[in-house]
Amino acid sequence: MALRIGVFVCDCGTNIAGFLDVPKVCEYAKTLPDVVYVKENMYTCSNAGIQEIMDAIKKHKLNRVVVAACTPRTHEALFRKACEDAGLNKFLFEFVNIRDQCSWVHQKEREKATEKAKDLVRMGVARARLLEPLKEIKIDVEKKSLVIGGGIAGMTAALSLAEQGFEVYLVEKENRLGGLLNYINQIYPSDANAQQFLEEIVKRVEKKKKIHVLLNSEVESVDGYIGNFNVRIRQKKESKEIKVGTIIVAIGAKPYEPMHMYNYDEYENVITQFELEKILKEKGKIDAESVVFIQCVGGRGERVRYCSRICCMNSIKNARIIKKMMPNANVYIIHKGMQTYGTEYEEYCRKAREEGVRFIRVRDAVPTVTSLEKKDGRIAVGFYHPGLRRKVEIQADLVVLSTPLIQREDAKRISQMLKVPLGQDGFFFEAHVKLRPVDFATDGIYMAGSCRAPASIDECIMQALAAASRAAIPMAKGYVEAEPLMPLIDESKCMGCGVCVEVCPYGAMKIVEKNGKKVAENIPAACKGCGACGASCIHKAIKMHHFADEQIMAQIEEAI
Amino acid sequence: MKGVLVIGGGVAGIQAALDLADRGIHVYLVEKEPSIGGRMALLDKTMSTNDCSICILAPKMNECFSHPNIEVLEYSEVIGVEGKAGNFKVKVKRKAKYVDATKCTGCGDCMEKCPTEIPNEYNSYLDKRKAIFLPFPQAVPRKATIDERYCLKLTKNRCGLCQKICKAEAIDYNQKDKIIELNVASIIVAIGSSLYEPKDLVEYGYGRYANVHTWMEYERLINAAGPTHGHLKCAPDGRRPKKIAFIQCVGSRDVKRCQWCSSVCCMVSIKSAMLANEHYGDLESYIFYSDLRVFSKRFYEYSKRGERDYKITYIHARPGEIKEDKRTKNLIIYYEDENEGKVKELEVEMVILATPIMPAKDVKQLAEILGIETNEYGFIKVKDYVFHPVETTREGIFVAGCCERPKDITESVVQASAAAAKAAEIAGLVEG
Repeated sequence: MALRIGVFVCDCGTNIAGFLDVPKVCEYAKTLPDVVYVKENMYTCSNAGIQEIMDAIKKHKLNRVVVAACTPRTHEALFRKACEDAGLNKFLFEFVNIRDQCSWVHQKEREKATEKAKDLVRMGVARARLLEPLKEIKIDVEKKSLVIGGGIAGMTAALSLAEQGFEVYLVEKENRLGGLLNYINQIYPSDANAQQFLEEIVKRVEKKKKIHVLLNSEVESVDGYIGNFNVRIRQKKESKEIKVGTIIVAIGAKPYEPMHMYNYDEYENVITQFELEKILKEKGKIDAESVVFIQCVGGRGERVRYCSRICCMNSIKNARIIKKMMPNANVYIIHKGMQTYGTEYEEYCRKAREEGVRFIRVRDAVPTVTSLEKKDGRIAVGFYHPGLRRKVEIQADLVVLSTPLIQREDAKRISQMLKVPLGQDGFFFEAHVKLRPVDFATDGIYMAGSCRAPASIDECIMQALAAASRAAIPMAKGYVEAEPLMPLIDESKCMGCGVCVEVCPYGAMKIVEKNGKKVAENIPAACKGCGACGASCIHKAIKMHHFADEQIMAQIEEAI
Repeated sequence: MKGVLVIGGGVAGIQAALDLADRGIHVYLVEKEPSIGGRMALLDKTMSTNDCSICILAPKMNECFSHPNIEVLEYSEVIGVEGKAGNFKVKVKRKAKYVDATKCTGCGDCMEKCPTEIPNEYNSYLDKRKAIFLPFPQAVPRKATIDERYCLKLTKNRCGLCQKICKAEAIDYNQKDKIIELNVASIIVAIGSSLYEPKDLVEYGYGRYANVHTWMEYERLINAAGPTHGHLKCAPDGRRPKKIAFIQCVGSRDVKRCQWCSSVCCMVSIKSAMLANEHYGDLESYIFYSDLRVFSKRFYEYSKRGERDYKITYIHARPGEIKEDKRTKNLIIYYEDENEGKVKELEVEMVILATPIMPAKDVKQLAEILGIETNEYGFIKVKDYVFHPVETTREGIFVAGCCERPKDITESVVQASAAAAKAAEIAGLVEG
């Protein structure tokens, strides 16, 4: 069929027409090959402008539409829809950016801006000529979810998904649910009994018919993509396979063990915060008249670089418990700036002060204290006091080391298995720090809790609910749509070298065997159409739909 | 199937609306300003990655506005709520914009010609805007609004220039407020916050000294779309500063004012100091802090980077007073140097005060309409801080973002998604 291209050039009020000669650009567009219709609009995006596009498609039998206007960022979808509504495949639409990239940046060079707009229109028309109709892809989504990790985050996410009507497999490698919460005495800032809370939530999880709790279990392998993950789970000696649509990673973290630091392995009355928590939970008392908490042991540049976020509040919590039990005890927290952010945490810290917990701020340097010496059964904790400007020693019966949460051993294995990244700090790496904090870049996989970064119980619960919301989206819809921008693989040229598999950031390429030959295959549901595979294929076996080499070369040729 | 009402079109409201809409639930997004975007739309960069704030938010704003399942009701207010979880009847007032949104193309001709200039709240009152206006260039929807308090035609029946100039014939001086009724299953409150005005802290001279600003003013000053096009300028001669200082906890962690920690300010100041140094490579900054709160993912590392690469000096002190040099308008900060144990002076050319996030101005009124409680700090109260972090005290009404307590963008987004999960449970779109 002969090409019939329509070109619409927008004035954008004065945004474009004020800085370049739109009528001249229109006259020029009429001279371009295959262009059969050209129209200037005051606002192509207005209802009138959209109607004009639709009418022109029908009246002039246009089979390609080019709009030269503001920016595709905000308006491409609108014009594509106009094409679709008029019966033209929306991938036969081409956007030419003559506002953001032309009139706005050349406001004092009318002549040159007009010439540049002509160039841009010529390039757009050249590409439009080679556009091909494409169809969006719909992929069914299995309405089941896999939650890896049965701690507070995993359980909360599973419960929320079940409440929303989805079946959940909750996989826990230990023989009981609860994760780190099993070892916790009290929950801050409400001082709720942790074990009572744990018991209640475990009961709720076990009662939910839609949740399948798999204890003593590990995820052995995962393949597939959003909507269609095939998961192999090993439970003791048995192995079973399930199919799920989404996956939530909630494997938690573990407390750092400060071996060979702060005399931890030498003195028995130097313990970690985690050990103190266990003692308070099991015995409900300690035997000490003077207790010193030391913050940032191993954190903030000592063994790991990051701030572990939850340790300050943990120390305050336990300091208050001790102070309440033994009002005459001296309780010190040696810190580098208390991280008691927000409303409740700040208030919690203030209460501790009122109750007589003594806070001593030292410089943000490593180590937090300079010496721990055993003297007559007590420990002399020595450090430089910035306020007093000299070294100070405090006699302690018990020294509590606040150590950071660090990644679990299996984080690496799970990251490789799911093809999702870990950050430099060892925690799982989100799709976008600000706007997609519980999503992975790979569709259909989410995270919650301390495997993302150290988080308190309240933060774990919040993130778990958020992850449940994100995971519910494709499952509630029942399908995902993918733009057909994926690669087309020429199997006669493909050598199955696997470079495309390596460069794909979304796990959307794999090597399969076809007719006894290894070739690359694309997983449309996972593909974002970024083109990394196409650009890296040295055998030129990959063609990108909608961004084909010929289309781009045609544009470049017109430009030079 | 009933929809969900989201009150507040900042990043939290937008996120909650998108999560719900993407899964097929109809959402009404009510925003009291003429544009969605909230405070995030007015920030320059976001901390820890230094991404341009509006550049990452604008696509979400557009997505929200063009989403088939989201009805954005901008320039509107909730005025009444009846019913209960699963079946709320909500009255919304759609304020008259005096501009026909179906005709307005957002070209800006009217704003150029409008003769009435008024202080621009979207630029922290540092410059002027017109009586017919767009809040900021990336406003969504991109439709003009006439501020009826100042428009000459509406107040004195004079002028009428915008109607004469508008080629789209969109101006309609006879438009009236409209009351509409919505029926929704659940409600998410995400109305954001206000900021503390440090006028009563006379020792810092805010409002008296020309070169003392709040952090929000600074956000606009360093922003390319702001009143100075991103250039830092000092009184009296408009020179650009070489030495600036940030003072933390101005009004916060203060039992007489805001007793809470505002959570974000330490990082905001570090970011702001970095941006200043990015603009002017020789610029030095000093951050006076009580406890540097850099607790979130990659924040501590960021604070160290500021010290190492951006000429930031952290000083542990709460300055007692700032004095102004009458001639140069430079500022002399008096503080106790803990290394030497004596009062020292630091002369800088600009001071930025880290003022806390406070409850939104209209939170009490809205809480009353919704039948929910606020807490001792004035923020919206959650059912339980740990176990029910998004439920308000009324069933079926949830909360997200800074109206619950001060938090950063990431945490607002997390809470918004969490609220969406809870709202969806009620919205009746339960599967199976």
